[in-house]
Amino acid sequence: METHTAILLTLALPTLAAVSNIVLRDQANLRDAVTLAGAVATFLSVLQILANVGNGTSETLVLFEILPGLDLAFQVEPLGLLFAIVASGLWILTHIYGVGYMRGNKEDHHARFFSCFSLAIASVMGIALAANMFTLFLFYEVLTLSTYPLVAHKGTPEAIRGARTYLGVLIGTSIGLQLIAIIWTYAIAGTLDFTRGGILDGKIAGSMVAVLLALYAFGIGKAALMPFHRWLPAAMVAPTPVSALLHAVAVVKAGVFTMLKVGIYIFGIDFLAATGASVWLMWLAAFSIVAASVVAMTKDNLKARLAYSTVSQLSYITLGMALATSMGVLGGGMHIAMHAMGKITLFMCAGSIYVATHKTDISQMTGLGRIMPITFGAFFIGALSIIGLPPLGGSWSKWLLIMAAADTGQWLMMVVLGLSSLLNVAYLLPVVGRGYFLKGQDIPADAKMNEAPWMVWLPPALTAVGCIVLFFFAGDIQTFLSPIVAPR
Amino acid sequence: MATEAAHHTAMSLAEQLPVLQVLVPFLAAPLIVFVGHRGLAWLVAFVTSAAAFVIAGLMLGQVIGGGVIYYHIGGWAPPLGIEYRVDATNAFVLLLVSGISTIVLPYARQSVASEIPLRHHALFYACYMLCLTGLLGVVVTGDAFNVFVFLEISSLSTYVLVAQGSHRDKRALTAAYDYLIMGTIGATFFVIGLGMLYMATGTLNMADLAARIASQGANRTVIAAFGFIVVGMGLKAALYPLHLWLPNAYTYAPSAVTSFLAATATKVAIYVLMRFMFSVFQPAFLFEGNTLEFLIMPLAVMAMFAASVIAIFQTDLKRLLAYSSIAQIGYMLLGIGMLSQTGLTAAIVHLFNHGITKAALFMGVGALVFRTGGSFFDRVQGMGKTMPWTSGAIVIGGLSLIGVPGTAGFVSKWYLVQGALEKGWWPVAVLIVVSSLLAVIYVWQIIEALYLQAPAKDIPAGEAPATMLIPMWIMALACIYFGLATDITLGAAQAAAQGLLAGSSGMLSH
Repeated sequence: METHTAILLTLALPTLAAVSNIVLRDQANLRDAVTLAGAVATFLSVLQILANVGNGTSETLVLFEILPGLDLAFQVEPLGLLFAIVASGLWILTHIYGVGYMRGNKEDHHARFFSCFSLAIASVMGIALAANMFTLFLFYEVLTLSTYPLVAHKGTPEAIRGARTYLGVLIGTSIGLQLIAIIWTYAIAGTLDFTRGGILDGKIAGSMVAVLLALYAFGIGKAALMPFHRWLPAAMVAPTPVSALLHAVAVVKAGVFTMLKVGIYIFGIDFLAATGASVWLMWLAAFSIVAASVVAMTKDNLKARLAYSTVSQLSYITLGMALATSMGVLGGGMHIAMHAMGKITLFMCAGSIYVATHKTDISQMTGLGRIMPITFGAFFIGALSIIGLPPLGGSWSKWLLIMAAADTGQWLMMVVLGLSSLLNVAYLLPVVGRGYFLKGQDIPADAKMNEAPWMVWLPPALTAVGCIVLFFFAGDIQTFLSPIVAPR
Repeated sequence: MATEAAHHTAMSLAEQLPVLQVLVPFLAAPLIVFVGHRGLAWLVAFVTSAAAFVIAGLMLGQVIGGGVIYYHIGGWAPPLGIEYRVDATNAFVLLLVSGISTIVLPYARQSVASEIPLRHHALFYACYMLCLTGLLGVVVTGDAFNVFVFLEISSLSTYVLVAQGSHRDKRALTAAYDYLIMGTIGATFFVIGLGMLYMATGTLNMADLAARIASQGANRTVIAAFGFIVVGMGLKAALYPLHLWLPNAYTYAPSAVTSFLAATATKVAIYVLMRFMFSVFQPAFLFEGNTLEFLIMPLAVMAMFAASVIAIFQTDLKRLLAYSSIAQIGYMLLGIGMLSQTGLTAAIVHLFNHGITKAALFMGVGALVFRTGGSFFDRVQGMGKTMPWTSGAIVIGGLSLIGVPGTAGFVSKWYLVQGALEKGWWPVAVLIVVSSLLAVIYVWQIIEALYLQAPAKDIPAGEAPATMLIPMWIMALACIYFGLATDITLGAAQAAAQGLLAGSSGMLSH
């Protein structure tokens, strides 16, 4: 199959899945099966792109010109392809999980839910494969809008409030800051195409570089850089499959992915390093990492704790970009995949616990590990990967980031990353410890295994295995990503 | 180009397009009254409007490359005779006005039937045609006094159309009365300004006026005339703070009338403002006086904020959208105030984009009124479930109002911000996006009400009829189409901006 055909298919298949959900809204089984087929087909289509392009860069596919000089255009490059593989691959598992969760939990409005879900995936594919900042921004906004109904799904006052915060922060930052940054970039550079080495070198100088970077860094609200992180915990009112895929993989990763794209292809890593414009961002990212971890420790609600953990982990990737070295960028890029696998495991486990026991607070989960060994086992593995211990995937990206910090002589950043790992231990492992080793008051010592339905516990078990598998393929991912930092 | 021999040699119909643009709807009005029958009246109105649309399209095709059509009424050469003059700027506005009218009319059939008693229908459509005549005439003419004449034709018929809302809500009468008073004051100011110009220059032909003002320079009479004309037209355009007539008129007018007026009437007034500011008076004249930067621009920014904030606190959907219109007019004035190619392009393209956006939104709200009998939030809430198509169109229109990428509203906002950045007006660029965020708030109130609230108990279930849904969706899809394919809109807007910035040299008569 031609690469361009595959790109179009990758965008069209999830969109069709969204439509099919509306058309088949009354035939639950057929509807969910069609969406599953759509998810698998999307994944295959992304793999087809991988087979064609490898870690090279494809020809640009221009669909049409929107504004003079600004095209709706797509181009495959390694970082975007990695993001597309991760998001479309995990969509398959999350869909199975989502069907189990929504049915097991007797939630309403399945058709609307899965339709918006598929549309969100379609926009993620658009973001991953965009050839210029304009196209990326377009899909970025579609992603915000298509996920809003998912956050507001339950329709309770709490959900409406959460969804308001979600939309307010994301739209507010993207229109209020990012759009200005994009138009400014276009005004001075005359293009918005993602170009190796950046497009701004020689077009802007002095402190204005840092100002423009700030507009981007804060404007990309999905990267949840403090102080624009409030939407992420607010979005946790959504059903757990949404939190799992969208707020551990798709939405937040779209944010940090955009951040990396801007750093690599708009500013250019060398330009950032030469001007020192990203030094302040490095400190802010470091602050985000530590502060969000500390907040996570205070949260008793498991999803809230994971949300703050995500805020912290996202800043790893921002930090990687802000270090402005190839190692940092590679570490950041790899962390997109590693953190996605780890965090989706944790979220799906949280949902699994909720489906089986309707418990949301960690303090109520004492002893649950005995009756839900698989879920808690998967949680344990995911947690270790987030912490960054071998033999789990997360250890490699953290390793690269620490190397990058050492390379640039930022010793304090190494301390921050180390400290963050310790904090991760402090807020993630007690959940496991409580579950396995403490005796729950309402759980008899001889209680039988009582897992959630298989559709709910199997996906996190698989992603937990994925965390281990990734450990052994980290080198391949690094090689795969290496062209994005190769000299021009 | 019409020649002096026009009236006694057979001319092809194509050369008569400028006058046909006005004549066709003008003659349709009495025809409708003679026909008298309700269904036929609608049919005549629709066919006429469609014909006007075709005429406007043909003319835009001729001038989009930068050409100009001159037409002398009755073969009398200007400055004695009345000249019609079509270039990219007004051809574009003609297309918008006639296009909106053509799409609103099918919608109007059932909407009007539900809001106005049967016996008034023929007269209603006759008035509608007169209003269309006036709006098209204001735009097509190149004679300053003729602008006033057509303006009065459209205004007088508009007062009647607004007052027709009294069958649904008696307050439409006071709204129409308010509009009558304010509109008359505006028209008076305008005609006083014209009188002064005539006194100073001895001509009323726009091109002639432009040439003479350019040669004799500014004097106190001309400056005073400028002031009177801007205030007079500002009233018609609902330029903040001269907007007081608008919210009530839009709220209480029949839904079809609101959809039509919101998309066209204020836009036509903006066009006249631009025409006088740039073509009759000189860009240099404006620049020296700093009128735009120190008068128009601050008012524009105030409109963007004050009206948006007021919109947020509305409980009536129609009134909310009316205030939003005032804010959006601020964007157009802001683009004019930049006095640059980009800024004017933004203003003109927004004139069009906001026209289709508001048409979609008001048609959507009109459909809600049709089913639920009211436009207050507590009546329309929860209709996302029972009226999915109507609600969907409102969501698309709302997104375009915010300026989400991929919608028409985004294109105008992009150019507006770019124009501000080109000028180095940082704070203005920030103000533009911040006011867009206010739009997010009021649009989201609508969306939350439609989808996340439970419907009121006594609301009859069911979607609006197809005759209302199809026009509504044409407009909604146009919001997306013109957000992705901008050749036509931007091409015309850029040509128009170029023509306007050329000042009086862009007006030279032949």
